[in-house]
Amino acid sequence: MNWMRDYVRPTLRAVFKRSDDSEEVKWHSCKKCGQMIYRRDFVAAQYVCPQCDHHERIGPQERFDALFDEGVYQLIDMPRGMDDPLKFRDKKKYADRLKESRSKTDRQEAISAATGKLAGQRTVIAVQDFAFMAGSLGVGAGDAFLVAVREAIAENAPFVMFTAAGGARMQEGILSLMQMPRTTVALELLREAGLPYIVVLTDPTTGGVTASYAMLGDIQISEPGALIGFAGPRVIEDTIREQLPEGFQRAEYLLEHGMIDMVVHRHELRDTLAGIISLLIDQRRAGGDLPLLANASSGA
Amino acid sequence: MVSFLEFEKPVAELERRINDLRTLSDAGDVDVVDDIIRLEKKLANLLESTYGGLSAWQKTMVARHPQRPHLEDYIGGLIEEFTPLAGDRGFAEDPAIIGGLGRFRGRSVVVLGNQKGRDTESRLKHNFGMARPEGYRKAIRLMQLADRFNLPVITFVDTSGAYPGIGAEERGQAEAIARSTQTCLQLGVPLISTVVGEGGSGGAVALASGNRVIMFEHAIYSVISPEGCASILWRTSDHAEDAANALKLTAQDLKKLGVIDRIVGEPLGGAHRQPTDAVTSLGDAIAESLQELQAMSADELRRDRREKFLSLGSAGVA
Ligand SMILES: [Zn+2]
Repeated sequence: MNWMRDYVRPTLRAVFKRSDDSEEVKWHSCKKCGQMIYRRDFVAAQYVCPQCDHHERIGPQERFDALFDEGVYQLIDMPRGMDDPLKFRDKKKYADRLKESRSKTDRQEAISAATGKLAGQRTVIAVQDFAFMAGSLGVGAGDAFLVAVREAIAENAPFVMFTAAGGARMQEGILSLMQMPRTTVALELLREAGLPYIVVLTDPTTGGVTASYAMLGDIQISEPGALIGFAGPRVIEDTIREQLPEGFQRAEYLLEHGMIDMVVHRHELRDTLAGIISLLIDQRRAGGDLPLLANASSGA
Repeated sequence: MVSFLEFEKPVAELERRINDLRTLSDAGDVDVVDDIIRLEKKLANLLESTYGGLSAWQKTMVARHPQRPHLEDYIGGLIEEFTPLAGDRGFAEDPAIIGGLGRFRGRSVVVLGNQKGRDTESRLKHNFGMARPEGYRKAIRLMQLADRFNLPVITFVDTSGAYPGIGAEERGQAEAIARSTQTCLQLGVPLISTVVGEGGSGGAVALASGNRVIMFEHAIYSVISPEGCASILWRTSDHAEDAANALKLTAQDLKKLGVIDRIVGEPLGGAHRQPTDAVTSLGDAIAESLQELQAMSADELRRDRREKFLSLGSAGVA
C-alpha cells in the first residue's frame, strides 16, 4: 500500500494548494503513520488505519452505530444536571469551557449511553467521549454513568462501558473526586442484580477514571495500543526522572502484566462482546441448569 | 521549637519577644512580668485572628506542616494494644500505609492510615505517605479481616496522593485503588474515615469512602494538589494559591458541599501547636460517630454508605 504514500500524497498536496475544502474532508491522514486514507474507506474500517492498524479515537455515535444490530438503538435520556457547582474559574471560566465543549461535540456531557440489541441480546452501552473535555469525570458524567447502570438494571441487560478520559474533571473539585465512590456504588447495584459489567478500555484512560469503574469490570477488554494508567506518563517521568520503558502503560503491556483479560481489535470487538455476554448470561437466560448428558432428561 | 510558616511571621516575631522577656525575667528583672502578660494576650489574639481567617492556600501549608501530628501520634494517643499487621500477601509490605488491630476506647478495631514520616530517614522509609498498590491491597486485606470479625474500621488519611512510579503502574496502581474504594463501600462494619492532613485525590478516596468522613479544621481534601491544578490550568505552578481557592478544598467548603460529615476544631494556631489536644478532640469525634453507627446492621451500614455517595451528584440523580 506504499504507493498511496508515494503517489497520493503529493497529488493531495496539489489539491490542497487549490484550497479545495471539499477534497480535504474526503481524506484522512493517519495520526500514527501519516497514511492518507479515503475518508469513506476509513469510516467503513471503523476508523482503523489499513496501513498500521492504528485505532483512531472515536465518539459515542460511532460506537453505537458499529455495535448495535443494524445500527438501531435508543439514546438514554440524561438529566440536565448541575453545571459548574464551584463557580470555578482559572484563566477561563469553567462555564465557558463547558459551553464550548457542548457546542463542539453537540453532546451534553462526557458520557453518553444507549440501549439496543447486540447480536439479539438487549444491552446497555455507555461511551466516554474524549473529545468532550478530555472525557473527564465530573458530576454530569457521574450522573450519566448512574443513569445508564439503572437503565441496565431496569431492562435486565448487561452493561458495557467504553472508557476514555484524562481523569477527573478538576474544575468540579472534590465533587468530581466523589464520582469515584459514586460510580463504584452504581456498580454494586449492578452486581446485586446479577448483571455483567464489561469494560472496554480505549485510548487514553488515566487518572481517577482508571482508579474506579474502568478497572472494576467482570471482564476487562482493551483496544490495541490504548494508553491505560493511573498516573500519566509525564507525571511519572517528572517524579522518577527516568525515561519510561517502550510500550509502557499500553494495552499490550497491561495484558502482559495481568491487568486485563484481552486486547481486541476493533473489527472483532462486536463479536467478542456478543460471545462473552452470551456465555455470562447463559444461566440467567436458560433459567437453570441445562442437562449435560443426552439421557439426563429421561431421568435414568 | 515550633517551625513557622510564611504567614506566621508576625506570630514568630511576637513569640521571640516574649521569650526574650522571659530570659530577662528569669535573670531577676521583675518589671517585665506585666509586659509578658500583655504580650501573651496579644499573641493569643494574633493567633486567633490569623487562624480564624486562613485562606485555602494557608490551610494547605498548615495541613502539610512538618510538625503536624502524624499517624504515629493518632495511634499512640488513641489506640491501645496496637498490633501492626504487614503485607499484601501478593508482593510486598508497603510502609506508606500502616495498618493493624488495636483497641479504641476499649473496643477492638482495625486501624489504617498513611504514614508520612518525620525526618529524612523515616520519610524515605514511608515514601512520604504515598502508597504503592501493595499499600492499598494490604488495606483491602485488613478491611476484609475487620468485616469477618465484626470490627469497626478507623482510617487516618494523610497523603499527597498515590505514588506515580513505573513499578506502581506495572503492578496495577489504578486497580488497587479502585478495589480499595470498592471494599470500603462493601463493608458490613462501621467505617469512620478521618482526613487529618492532606487528602490527596484517588489515593485518599481509597481509604476515605466511609460511613462518616471527619476532617480537621485545617485539613484539606482535593481532587488534585493546588500546584498540579495550577500547572495544568494556568500552565504554571505559580498560581497554586489561585488554584487552592478555586478548588474549594478546605474542610469548611467540603462540609458545605455535603462531602464530609463533621469538622473537628484544632487547638489555637493549628494542631501542631498542641498535638495532644488535637489527637484527643479527634478521638472524641470518632467515638461519637462510632456510637451513632453502633446499632446499625451490616445491610444498614452498606445502605448508609451507598446513599451518602450516590447523593453526591445532581439533585434527583441518586
Ligand atoms: Zn496508520
